[in-house]
Amino acid sequence: MSMENLINKYFRPGRLPHIWCPGCGNGVITGCIVKAIDKLALEKDNVAVISGIGCSSRASGYLDFNTVHSAHGRALPVATGVKLADPSLKVLVVTGDGDATAIGGNHLIHAARRNIDMTVVLFNNSIYGMTGGQYSPLTPQGSKATTAPYATIEPAFDITELAKAAGATFVARATTFHAQILTDLIAKGIQHKGFSLIEAVSGCPISFGRQNKMGGPADMMKWQRDHGVMLAAWNKMTDEQKAGKFPIGVLHEDNSRKEYTEAYDELIARAQGGNK
Amino acid sequence: MSRILLLQGNQAVVEGAIAAGVKFFGGYPITPSTEVAESLAERLPLVGGKFIQMEDEIASMGAIIGASLTGKKVMTATSGPGFSLKQELIGYACMAEVPMVIVNVQRVGPSTGQPTSPSQGDIMQARWGTHGDHWIIALTPASVPECFDLTLRAYALSEKYRVPVILLMDEVIGHMRERIELPDNYDEIPQAERKQPTCPPEEFKAYATDESLVPAMPAFGSGYRWHVTGLVHDETGFPKGTPAATKEAADRQYHKLYDNLEDIVQVEDYCMEDAEYAIVAFGGGARTAYEAVDRARKEGLKVGLVRPITIWPFAEKQMKALADKVKGIMVHELNCGQYVLEVERAVAGKVPVTSYAKYDNEPATPAQLLAEIKKAMAL
Repeated sequence: MSMENLINKYFRPGRLPHIWCPGCGNGVITGCIVKAIDKLALEKDNVAVISGIGCSSRASGYLDFNTVHSAHGRALPVATGVKLADPSLKVLVVTGDGDATAIGGNHLIHAARRNIDMTVVLFNNSIYGMTGGQYSPLTPQGSKATTAPYATIEPAFDITELAKAAGATFVARATTFHAQILTDLIAKGIQHKGFSLIEAVSGCPISFGRQNKMGGPADMMKWQRDHGVMLAAWNKMTDEQKAGKFPIGVLHEDNSRKEYTEAYDELIARAQGGNK
Repeated sequence: MSRILLLQGNQAVVEGAIAAGVKFFGGYPITPSTEVAESLAERLPLVGGKFIQMEDEIASMGAIIGASLTGKKVMTATSGPGFSLKQELIGYACMAEVPMVIVNVQRVGPSTGQPTSPSQGDIMQARWGTHGDHWIIALTPASVPECFDLTLRAYALSEKYRVPVILLMDEVIGHMRERIELPDNYDEIPQAERKQPTCPPEEFKAYATDESLVPAMPAFGSGYRWHVTGLVHDETGFPKGTPAATKEAADRQYHKLYDNLEDIVQVEDYCMEDAEYAIVAFGGGARTAYEAVDRARKEGLKVGLVRPITIWPFAEKQMKALADKVKGIMVHELNCGQYVLEVERAVAGKVPVTSYAKYDNEPATPAQLLAEIKKAMAL
């Protein structure tokens, strides 16, 4: 389907233009989300999109599903309530690096631990964009930010490793440059029964790129092209070659663990059968 | 058919929740409300409901917001420090008009305070705990049977007005055991229903209202797709920040409750027919007051009790009427004096208002309260 048709089908009439800055990667990622949903032919009525607060989280308002623009960091608890209360809904969570890994970090590890069926698309633009460029837990160490005028001294999380360690059963990464791959990964995440997280590496030319002299939007996408390495190639690289780069693709998949709402249905059956 | 049980207040809340049709509880362990969570963890699966212990108090609020959006009746329960943490999303629930019942079994604060000691120190927090102008309902039971009744009523009000309702308990009532008569079968208990849209989905505007000022609320997955946000929004549900939209949103939320105070505000009078002096007390504090009034009456003192059951919205009309009837009012509460501020405001100097504030982590005895009444009456 053409992007225009996708917009007509999945975006709410009258809600565009969006608030994102020229050159922002958020539109690309939002496009990948609707392409993935279209690819899977999901019924709009059966999809819930829940976001937190920040630039990325504005995406929920543009999309024609059951949508929640929740509070800062709280998308995952709200999504957990939606999914557990009505497991028939397909739940997607749209969040950013600050939203998901700082203020919402506790919720992220626990949603992953429970392995509740939902797909988190984490827009990682390395910065708090909406408030004007403060460093987040995913800002690369040594970067400049308005709250790190002398460059950050804090190491960044590798959020895919964190999600995996916390119990996520599907973990993937792509970039806005690798949009086709990103679409496929989101679709795979939605199809996966359990907690899936897709890190979507995005460019913020205004609030991150400018402070770190990364050039314009096209330059930032070239940076993604040059630093994101397909997993098969990544696995053949030496540690020296890997320095400063990151793998893209499906980084972790485990289909052996029971999904939370299924486990809960079994609990109900057990309780009603009189067995503790 | 009914059964007679000996239950504590927290357990009666659980019975009320099951009877009201609650199907989702999200919580976090905290004393002295823990029994509510423990008991619902056992009971909800038996009625096909879901219980989840979340990673923190904030998350438990988030979970019940999400579950409420799917059309379920939802509950969380907490105490002092947890109530503080929940304030963020209580504000969200006010702004987005998400029905829910929040049980707060108060304890001595601030901070960790006195985990198992009685207090009524969250009166003002229940009203003003979250930031910004907002309007909320808080109910306070004074007996175990009333815990059951007010839990049902909390759902009736929350679903009708699309507002979070706080069941503002205290440790005296939460942990006290009393006789309670409950129906064997909850099937015949009327279930509060959320207003549903009458228009087709393509014409649906999520926050458009009729004269009730309460918008219809279809469940996620029903075919009515809508947007929920904590931003100021117009009748479409989408953000709108103009001065007119901002004022209109606030005005509607105010009027949907404050135009219906007759329906929402309940106050019980005890021995007030010929009373010349009134005690105002609620929750655990009212239990002392019933006995103190009885003793005063035996001594020939014309004392009565006015017991607000609805703490918020404030019983403005009733307190103003009280000032026309009695020679003096004493507000007895288990804090340093919070509710009394509202009573003083309403009475506006018409009769003397005194405060018997008990904040030493023990409820007053009837003898102590009676002595205070006599002192105040002698003024």
